[in-house]
Amino acid sequence: MIFKKIWEQLNIKQQCRKYGLPLWQCPQFLFLIMGLIIIAIIIISYFIAIERINDLQMVTLIILFSTSILVTIDYIIVHSFERLAESTRMKMEFIGIVSHQLRSPVINLKYALELLMSEGTGEVQKGQLDYLTILKQNVDRLQELINDILVVSRIQTGVLSLKEEDFSIVDLVEKTIIEAKPVLLASNITINFKKEGNIPNIISDSFWIKQAFKNLVDNAIRYQKSKGKVDISLKRRDKNIYLAVQDSGVGIPEEDQKYIFQKFFRARNVLKKQTSGTGLGLFIVKGVIEKLGGKINFTSKENKGSTFWFSLPIKPTSKLNKLK
Amino acid sequence: MNLIRDPVFTKISKGFNITKNMEISKKGKKILFIEDESALQITFGDMLSKQGYEMIKAMDGKTGLDLAKEKTPDLILLDLILPKMDGFGVLKGLKEDEETKDIPVIILTNLENTGDVQRALELGATNYLVKANYTLTEILEKIEKILL
Repeated sequence: MIFKKIWEQLNIKQQCRKYGLPLWQCPQFLFLIMGLIIIAIIIISYFIAIERINDLQMVTLIILFSTSILVTIDYIIVHSFERLAESTRMKMEFIGIVSHQLRSPVINLKYALELLMSEGTGEVQKGQLDYLTILKQNVDRLQELINDILVVSRIQTGVLSLKEEDFSIVDLVEKTIIEAKPVLLASNITINFKKEGNIPNIISDSFWIKQAFKNLVDNAIRYQKSKGKVDISLKRRDKNIYLAVQDSGVGIPEEDQKYIFQKFFRARNVLKKQTSGTGLGLFIVKGVIEKLGGKINFTSKENKGSTFWFSLPIKPTSKLNKLK
Repeated sequence: MNLIRDPVFTKISKGFNITKNMEISKKGKKILFIEDESALQITFGDMLSKQGYEMIKAMDGKTGLDLAKEKTPDLILLDLILPKMDGFGVLKGLKEDEETKDIPVIILTNLENTGDVQRALELGATNYLVKANYTLTEILEKIEKILL
């Protein structure tokens, strides 16, 4: 049992994945590196001391004593970091479990409402239908919120599962645009899609890329003033493809820009006008794109509009945690 | 439009786009629904019986497996998280028995882990539906597609 525990502690890569941290930010890994550096310093100073100093024993003792103090202090620091990371992970795990449990009752509501509204249990009066519609809209909102929170918890605990499949990104973009057409029409917004040269198929997770792209398009539509346009461009550079969504909307105030990918953050100018929106969308998009080995960024000017773009590797890099 | 004769059917077809000629062939088809949420049992029971199916209810995995062997339904809707025996166990039991191994099984669950999906499909599930991603109408369409 004890051996198993020690072995688990030594399996640094797995420990770091548990916290959802990259290796160079992971306490255990840092501690190991520090230990190695200290050992190297002891050996080097020992050899230097042999050549230059007469009272060798004394020098060695001083070095050993001071390094052991250093190691102890570092151990305490690393340990407290570790506990901090562990408590964050537990919280995220807890949120994951809670939102999973919340799903069942919401789904029961959703199905029961659908049956009622489709008149599967008898005719529905006009006045009743209005109230059923209110119920349905709010159940949908609840479901969306729970889904988002579940995804955030999965991203943060490092257990979001991603697939690798060969698919056409051009088709994905075109399909998403077609799906957005009703909203575009209703909000009086025109959309343009421009692709540069030949775009190859990519190997990645089509479901999550579609979610990410849809989210950017949704934002571009949602944060427009009365009339506007959305420009979508797709191009290839070396081993990556770049997908950009440009809008002529309200833009993001400069002082808010650094917080835009944080969870539950919503820009001030948006809060004044819009009440819906969870503030989780862009956090999820960034998490997913980075997990898929891509990058995401934006430029924005208040009252002029924003451009959000992300890149994706055409073939998965080794960094991508493979499934199976 | 002259296809519609049955008044009950007319009403339902408003919500669930099922064409008339399906009506005849589905008569007497049995669907076993293994699910521990009684709310879903009621909703699905209503929907399926109005569509002309006979629905058999099972509230836990073990009862579900026993009923499958006893009644040999035409289709099984199976949840994965169940008391007494989980959905994977039920699926395995169904596929090991000569008499039940050819009954199509639709998994209807909250679990959306790729590992769970793969496991269920490897065990022989016909379809894997995550509840949050499908409406009743869409689930009904999947059922019709398999049964016709």
